[in-house]
Amino acid sequence: MSEEFNLEIVSPEKSFLKKDNVTEVVIPAFEGEMGILKDHISIISFLKPGIIKISSGNEENSFYVDDGIVEFKNNTLSILTSNIFDIKNSDKSKIQDMIKEAEKDLSSDKLDDQKRFIISQKVEVLKSLSLN
Amino acid sequence: MASLDDLKKRISSVKSTQKITKAMKMVAAAKLRRAQESAERGRPYSEKMNNIILNLSSGLSDKENAPKLLTGTGEDKVHLCVVMTADRGLCGGFNSNIIKKAKSYFKKLSDNGKTLKIITVGSKGHDQLKRVYKDNIIENISFKESKNANYFDANKVGKIIIEKFENKEFDVCTIFYNQFKNVITQIPQEQQIIPLKMSVDETNKSEESYEFEPDEDEILGNLLPKNISTQIFKAMLENSASEQGSRMSAMDNATRNAGEMVDKLTIEYNRSRQAAITKELIEIISGAESL
Repeated sequence: MSEEFNLEIVSPEKSFLKKDNVTEVVIPAFEGEMGILKDHISIISFLKPGIIKISSGNEENSFYVDDGIVEFKNNTLSILTSNIFDIKNSDKSKIQDMIKEAEKDLSSDKLDDQKRFIISQKVEVLKSLSLN
Repeated sequence: MASLDDLKKRISSVKSTQKITKAMKMVAAAKLRRAQESAERGRPYSEKMNNIILNLSSGLSDKENAPKLLTGTGEDKVHLCVVMTADRGLCGGFNSNIIKKAKSYFKKLSDNGKTLKIITVGSKGHDQLKRVYKDNIIENISFKESKNANYFDANKVGKIIIEKFENKEFDVCTIFYNQFKNVITQIPQEQQIIPLKMSVDETNKSEESYEFEPDEDEILGNLLPKNISTQIFKAMLENSASEQGSRMSAMDNATRNAGEMVDKLTIEYNRSRQAAITKELIEIISGAESL
């Protein structure tokens, strides 16, 4: 029996990615990384800044996401996100800009703990990206 | 009767106007195609978002403590209206249709003794509303610099709305925009986004129960602000498609009218030319006869 399921990533502007031969997806869910395989229970969750890893066939792709909503139902995983890019062809200077912006946000004192946590997470992930 | 020279000048000026309107029509047609495409591409996102919220809110166990963005403040006193128009004119009834719709809504509100606050998006709407509703306009946003509707801009508007909601500046929020039906028809819409009015479509509702991580409330709290931005973005996309469609048909009409005018003026020109020649002939003939 095949172990594959469908994946769809949509951003507000377009359908970003559509695949029907995905075997495993690791998502940075809010309460920690979550691996999703075929026949996972129906679930809704949301993302924190992090990296989505997609394994399909012999391929493995990684994408950076800022935030998003995940829904898994009937072996279809839908990810709704407003800011996503492929790590392979990412632009180093753009990442630097994003880090700077996030650090600026972090220095403002109006943040509550949750937002502070999310933004610091974002800085961490982006920094690790810019090192590679 | 106007002299021959005057007629000639008028014909050439109408002709050059026609050239301009024709060019504008063609530009609008090209832009319309692009706007329509991006409106279509944006649809899956808002549809999925809607479905998830529907599933979430129907499974919500504790309705009392549900996020305020979903249920509202429980009051109905201060209304915030977001009027979304274009930044440019010359697009037929596009802007005035939205304004008309919005004004009739404003009137209903003031008749019922509600307080009205207005945010205008797009400078044309601001121009038309500021005469009558100067004191009600609390914010005027315009995206003249951005070429196409993009999510980043929509998010900015969304953030402003949410911030005002959290500061308890209003109870109900409604957005006004034109829905694109086809090139000739655009329907002005009013849509309430806070508290959220769901169009309950039973067919999309799944029987399955979901697992939520973390709990429903938290996901909803995270999702609803995003939904506001998404709705604004959807409205922006519809609006930009409508604007181009409306401009296209307006310019098409203008081109046709200019054509008719050129025809009429040309006939008049030819007639008066003929009249002048006849007059000269009569003069010559009667001059010769009198000899």
